[in-house]
Amino acid sequence: MTSNNILTLGQKFSVLIVDDDKIIRRIHKVLLNKFGFESHTVENGKEAVDLYLSGKHFDLILMDMEMPVMDGPKATRELRAMGVNNMIVGVTSRGLDSEKQAFTEAGLDYCVEKPLTSETITSLLQELAKK
Amino acid sequence: MVQAIKRIMELNQLQRSFLEYTAALFREGFLDSQFSQLYQLQDESNPEFVVEVVSLFFEDSERLINDLSRALDQTIVDFRKIDAHVHQLKGSSSSIGAQRVKNSCVSFRNFCEAQNIEECSKCLQQVKQEYLLIKNKLEALFQLEKQIVAAGGAINMVEWML
Repeated sequence: MTSNNILTLGQKFSVLIVDDDKIIRRIHKVLLNKFGFESHTVENGKEAVDLYLSGKHFDLILMDMEMPVMDGPKATRELRAMGVNNMIVGVTSRGLDSEKQAFTEAGLDYCVEKPLTSETITSLLQELAKK
Repeated sequence: MVQAIKRIMELNQLQRSFLEYTAALFREGFLDSQFSQLYQLQDESNPEFVVEVVSLFFEDSERLINDLSRALDQTIVDFRKIDAHVHQLKGSSSSIGAQRVKNSCVSFRNFCEAQNIEECSKCLQQVKQEYLLIKNKLEALFQLEKQIVAAGGAINMVEWML
């Protein structure tokens, strides 16, 4: 099933983009909107956690690794501890496998490199459709 | 009729110049495929997307380069802070496909890790140089694009991405 077929079934996925880099937030927002996502952006992990505490929910969270105030691993651990079970995908420009491993172990479903590509988003859409 | 033909020929020349200039930027390693991805995201709902994102990159880079200069000038150099700034600059240059700026950040981070002030200072000069180069080239590219649009043309993305 292609991503276009998924979208024409009327299913609209929501995504929370968590990144302190405003260029990445802008690029990812436009890219995800093209795939039919409804996107919301925040600048750090604490803002993401606060959104969930306020009752908001998203189908997908794109979580940057390094952010001020609260980083990706900490925010991911807190969200999972709160019982958040939607897909959380780590997005990182760090190259070290050990860092990606530690981030994944915080509770990610996947960890990908940024900036995201159309191919990555298509794969994520296919995974979301399975859930 | 003659005027119309002349205008078409001028437009074709502008579009050829745009293609050649862009191809050279990729060939010389100034830009990578991420830059092409930005044009793919530009459409009627975001007609100025590429200029908008590249402008954000210019603002970010100038701020970070100033921060790096100040940080390296301190009596006691905070390499963690420098590494954080370089990491940010690497991230934003990578986001727009500014390959040579990104690569110069990679070298910079290695010398940060080694806590080598002299080499870090050289890296900063290299980063500044690469940034100024790509800034000039992208500004020239956008100027060409404006001329093409003003002459009634459009950028053929498929052609220049091949």
